[in-house]
Amino acid sequence: MKILGALASGLLFGLGLAISGMVDPAVVLGFLDFGGLADGTWNPALAGVMGGAIPVAFVLYRLAGSRVPAPSRAMDARLIGGSALFGLGWGAAGLCPGPALEGWVSNPRALLFVAAMLAGFAVVPWLAGRAGGARS
Amino acid sequence: MLHAFLLGLAGGALIGAAVGLFMLTTGRVAGISGIAAELTGRWPPRWAQNLAFLLGLPGGLLLWRAISGAEVPVHLPGSGLLLIAAGLLVGVGTRLANGCTSGHGVCGLARLSPRSLAATATFMAVAVLVVAVRRFAG
Repeated sequence: MKILGALASGLLFGLGLAISGMVDPAVVLGFLDFGGLADGTWNPALAGVMGGAIPVAFVLYRLAGSRVPAPSRAMDARLIGGSALFGLGWGAAGLCPGPALEGWVSNPRALLFVAAMLAGFAVVPWLAGRAGGARS
Repeated sequence: MLHAFLLGLAGGALIGAAVGLFMLTTGRVAGISGIAAELTGRWPPRWAQNLAFLLGLPGGLLLWRAISGAEVPVHLPGSGLLLIAAGLLVGVGTRLANGCTSGHGVCGLARLSPRSLAATATFMAVAVLVVAVRRFAG
């Protein structure tokens, strides 16, 4: 049952990324490029996505009640530094994890990005483990 | 421009529904970087859920291609090196920050998390800056 729910969620998420154009880095970069406001090439799709997704998720999270993890106020250098590195990569290629893990089916070159991203995922706990080992 | 915004709104509503459905069926936050990161390292007992979700994503593209009867374009940068460098940055960055556009940007903001708001403001600002530098540097 949970596996079916996860599959249906992935399909619905993928459909949303495709309809909104978010699966295409050109559309994402078209939003991030505010210089495009001057020459009329700015693409507001990503603003539409956030405006559509957050209220719907907010209402459904209310339905789910206590199962939703409580929000956290904790801020640290890891959160902000990590987000800055993520923004650097996102702005450079126009790809974030969801569209990359979806778009390869249309443009297989996205798998280059996916492979590097998976390596990036793996290296963080490995480095943390080494740092922890060095301390003890 | 209005057309792109409305398609974004419609797609966004589906994404919000997907995030809600994932929580209601599995009790989990639909953070894609976190789900995909569990493919690396030792696989947890919920590996089949992760795989089902991650196979659903390209399934959604194929579904939209079938419904719309049109190709779904994915324009990537020409440089493979840039793709690899960007992938590494996104992988390391989202793991350090414990989330990406889905986990912090959609799920986190929907549960009114100050931590996710800080993360989202940071990656948005940096990405806008990168694109601006590239535009003005030519």
